[in-house]
Amino acid sequence: MINEKETAQRVIEISGVNPRKCMKCGKCSATCPSYDEMEYHPHQFVDMIDKGQVEKLLDSESLYKCLTCFACIERCPRGVEPAKLIEAVRLVKIRQQGQNHLKADMIPDILDDDMPQQAIVSAFRKYSK
Amino acid sequence: MKFSYYPGCTLKNKASELDSYARKSAEVLGVTMEELEEWQCCGAVYPLAKDEIATKLSSVRALVSARDKGNDLLTLCSACHHVIKMVNNDMQTDEDIRTKVNNYLGLDVPYEGETKVVHYLEMLRDSVGFDEIKKKVVKPLKGVKIAPYYGCLLLRPSKVMAFDNPENPTIMEDFIKAVGAEPVLYPYRNECCGGYTVAEDKRIAQNKCNDILASAVGKGADMVITACPLCMYNLSKNGTDFDVPVRYFTEILAEALGLKDE
Amino acid sequence: MQRIGVFVCWCGSNIAATVDVKRVAEAVRSEQGVVFSTDYQYMCSEAGQSIIKNAIKEHSLTGIVVCSCSPRMHEATFRKTAAAAGLNPYMVEIANIREQCSWIHKDMLSGTAKAIILAKAAVAKVNLNAPLIAGESPVTKRALVIGGGIAGIQTALDIADAGYEVDIVEKSPTIGGKMAQLDKTFPTLDCAACILTPKMVEAAQNEKIKLFTYSEVEKVKGFVGNFDVTIRKKARSVNEDLCTGCGVCTEKCPSRKGKNEFNLGLNTRGAIYIPFAQAIPNVPVIDRTQCIKFKTGKCGLCQMNCAAKAIDFSQQDEFVERNYGAIVVATGFNPIKLDKFEEFGYSMYPDVITSLELERIMNAAGPTKGHFERPSDHTQPKKIVFVQCVGSRDTSGCGKEYCSKICCMYTAKHAMLLREKYPDTEVYVFYIDVRTPGKNFDEFYRRAVEQYGVHYIKGMVGKVTDDGKGQLVVQASDLIANEQLKIKADMVVLAAAIEPDPTARSLGTMLTASMDTNDFFTEAHPKLRPVESPTAGVFLSGVCQGPKDIPETVSQAGAAAAKVIGLLAKDKLTCNPCVANSDTLVCNGCRQCEKVCPYGAISYEDKEVLRGDIRNVAVVNPAVCQGCGACTVTCPSGAMDLKGFTSRQIMAEVDAICR
Repeated sequence: MINEKETAQRVIEISGVNPRKCMKCGKCSATCPSYDEMEYHPHQFVDMIDKGQVEKLLDSESLYKCLTCFACIERCPRGVEPAKLIEAVRLVKIRQQGQNHLKADMIPDILDDDMPQQAIVSAFRKYSK
Repeated sequence: MKFSYYPGCTLKNKASELDSYARKSAEVLGVTMEELEEWQCCGAVYPLAKDEIATKLSSVRALVSARDKGNDLLTLCSACHHVIKMVNNDMQTDEDIRTKVNNYLGLDVPYEGETKVVHYLEMLRDSVGFDEIKKKVVKPLKGVKIAPYYGCLLLRPSKVMAFDNPENPTIMEDFIKAVGAEPVLYPYRNECCGGYTVAEDKRIAQNKCNDILASAVGKGADMVITACPLCMYNLSKNGTDFDVPVRYFTEILAEALGLKDE
Repeated sequence: MQRIGVFVCWCGSNIAATVDVKRVAEAVRSEQGVVFSTDYQYMCSEAGQSIIKNAIKEHSLTGIVVCSCSPRMHEATFRKTAAAAGLNPYMVEIANIREQCSWIHKDMLSGTAKAIILAKAAVAKVNLNAPLIAGESPVTKRALVIGGGIAGIQTALDIADAGYEVDIVEKSPTIGGKMAQLDKTFPTLDCAACILTPKMVEAAQNEKIKLFTYSEVEKVKGFVGNFDVTIRKKARSVNEDLCTGCGVCTEKCPSRKGKNEFNLGLNTRGAIYIPFAQAIPNVPVIDRTQCIKFKTGKCGLCQMNCAAKAIDFSQQDEFVERNYGAIVVATGFNPIKLDKFEEFGYSMYPDVITSLELERIMNAAGPTKGHFERPSDHTQPKKIVFVQCVGSRDTSGCGKEYCSKICCMYTAKHAMLLREKYPDTEVYVFYIDVRTPGKNFDEFYRRAVEQYGVHYIKGMVGKVTDDGKGQLVVQASDLIANEQLKIKADMVVLAAAIEPDPTARSLGTMLTASMDTNDFFTEAHPKLRPVESPTAGVFLSGVCQGPKDIPETVSQAGAAAAKVIGLLAKDKLTCNPCVANSDTLVCNGCRQCEKVCPYGAISYEDKEVLRGDIRNVAVVNPAVCQGCGACTVTCPSGAMDLKGFTSRQIMAEVDAICR
């Protein structure tokens, strides 16, 4: 069991985001290109972290669906930056022992002749520590 | 016109065309691209977390090298440009990050974000000028309808990238006009291609790229251009429903300048 | 040497519970100048005031200190008391031992100690007080209203109704403002033109009202009661006195490609044009940037066809000087530009329009003659999506921080009218909150939902794209269903935030009327003086003060008029004698005070300071000075002082406190 409130606080610190600035308009989720892939959507990340409910988020595959495309950050009318919160939750997860989401032995299967190293480097940066 | 140039890893390998056409064209346009003597991978994604310092150091090293040469830092790959410009902004605006980075690096002169980071397209627009390019075009791409694909990283977040209007950019359209082709305006030009998720699961990239290409082709595009190797890969490899050619913008430039077959 | 009396009030137990009032009265007895001191339960009561009056006479007092509540509460009372006993009212000082002492201290010891210090400070000040006489200034019995929209028109009509002259200065060629562009008005759905045009006509025909259209305020000098204003009458190129308004010239004009501003560019107009059929005055204006005659020297068709010989290509801007007792700002608003919100596709898609453009499209006198059609292909849209809060409540730097207030209601109106007139249309409204506080407002909105079946969806639109076949696609959040929607739409209507007219900022500077960070004019008090600017004689009407709808604007317009009438009804104004005063001998002519004065009360004049020694020195106009003291602290040579609050007096107070 984790202390949810403390973890939420850590997420807020790591991200540098103040979820209380959110006015719950849902524009982040309206604009998210990965919306349909996610169980919890950008606006829910903001809301749940504000309420201190991070456990569900930590266990959700949604963490790995964010494309870091900056659309939510760009379009949020209140400057909340939801993608930074998602990144912070993901970091709290993958910084734990054995929680790397992408492992080296998974790569050969997906690799093809054209895939640029940029894809692999960025995926490792995002998914593993 | 002289710039320090940061090519990035992918341009030394899978995206060597993006690099080589850029260098050839620059020569004709009177621009000197002086590759940094030593550079390291930028990390491909900007570390969003406040507590990530080490992952920002390689960008700062490149920025410091350019500063010490007295040059602006020229970038070409969208991702490298994004990472380095974002880190530079941290060095200008975030005191905590600035202090820590300088402590780590132990530079003779601390770095505070003095270097100007310029993308190759910005260099074409602001230093060379699209009118000047027009004059140097020998093989205009007449009648070719080109859809510019901006993706995410050049434009967003606009407050830092300050590249163009993030929702209604014109720089690539103006570039396309300069090489004699016809730009195609389509709404998905700044929507994400799926990015790095392709290293885990191709499905997202396939969905996104098919949407993007449908939008471009729907507006009559004969060709799509990009500045990003990962976008290039996703669009050409994962836009499975379409076989519209996807090119690097530098290739189009070199072609128009008559340098392609050299 | 002053003879000072000190009167310590108990204020029931308000003061006496934490301040030993008897000890305070005793403690000041040994202070310089004090010849009498006493305490009483309620000094403001009639009995208390009698104690003061008697003491003044009995002890030949030249100054008094009342230790009581805040001067905001009873300074005026005690000044009157003193005056009634023959003492100059400015020889009264209040030591605030209630709000600043007894109410914030818990124990008697510290409360009493502080009360004694405050009383001693006031005594020290009175020792240096000098009698002050309030001056008077005459009032010009005419008002100026800047802006000829519904706010300005209503204010002018109400002022004229009270028998005073009033001028309206309107920068565009006609009065009427934004309301003239609207179709119907909420919540009762009267047609805007039907209720506005009679008021426009009334304003034009009222002999007390003079209209300056196509005119701007160029310069403002003077002060409350005596403003001196220069008005620039821009060259219409048409003689207003000769023109009959027949409109032949507007038909003959061969240059047809001007953007019709009144229709927000949805259609075109000639280079010589009357903005709309009910324009007042019904006199055309030539757009010189478009006119062929002005561009090439050839043409002149309008002139040839004008039977009244009213066309005058050589007309120049004219400057008119007028005097006014009061000025009302009614400069209104504009919807914001949408270039920072291109995710909604406003510049990419002709069928993405603003709400004000929809008003013109729905208006029978509009570019489509009221036929509801979309700009791209003139077909009737079947599915319409409204987007709320476009640029409102936006702290990202792209829009406005505030709520624009009118959008929720006009969108409900649009949605309802569309569903009523075209029952086969489907209407969606994306909202963050629906804000309808107003009489019959929420009922109105609910009618749109319940009776007319408008789909209200809680969530914001993220992006507007298209399906490649000419149909718009609206990508949005449905937060209640927890879904991302992609709605195919024929038309998208954006409720753009409203902002003050761009002319407001320079006008504010001219009037030295303060503004907030959003360029809305600030009121003298947000609750108790909502239609007055902090600058005396300047009043506020309509959206220039903050977003508001028509009912609210009209009430505020009337309130501003009442305040103006109250001012103009006076023959003379009593000035505040506590004003700045420049010691011309010490003034070094640096002009710093002139720069900081928020009221424009300081000017520099050549004065013979000593015989034969003429210097350029600061002169304060006591009728304009509000006594804020900014100049006194700015003056590097110590020449500037505030009567009643001189540096010597304040230092004496500080000394007494620190003793």
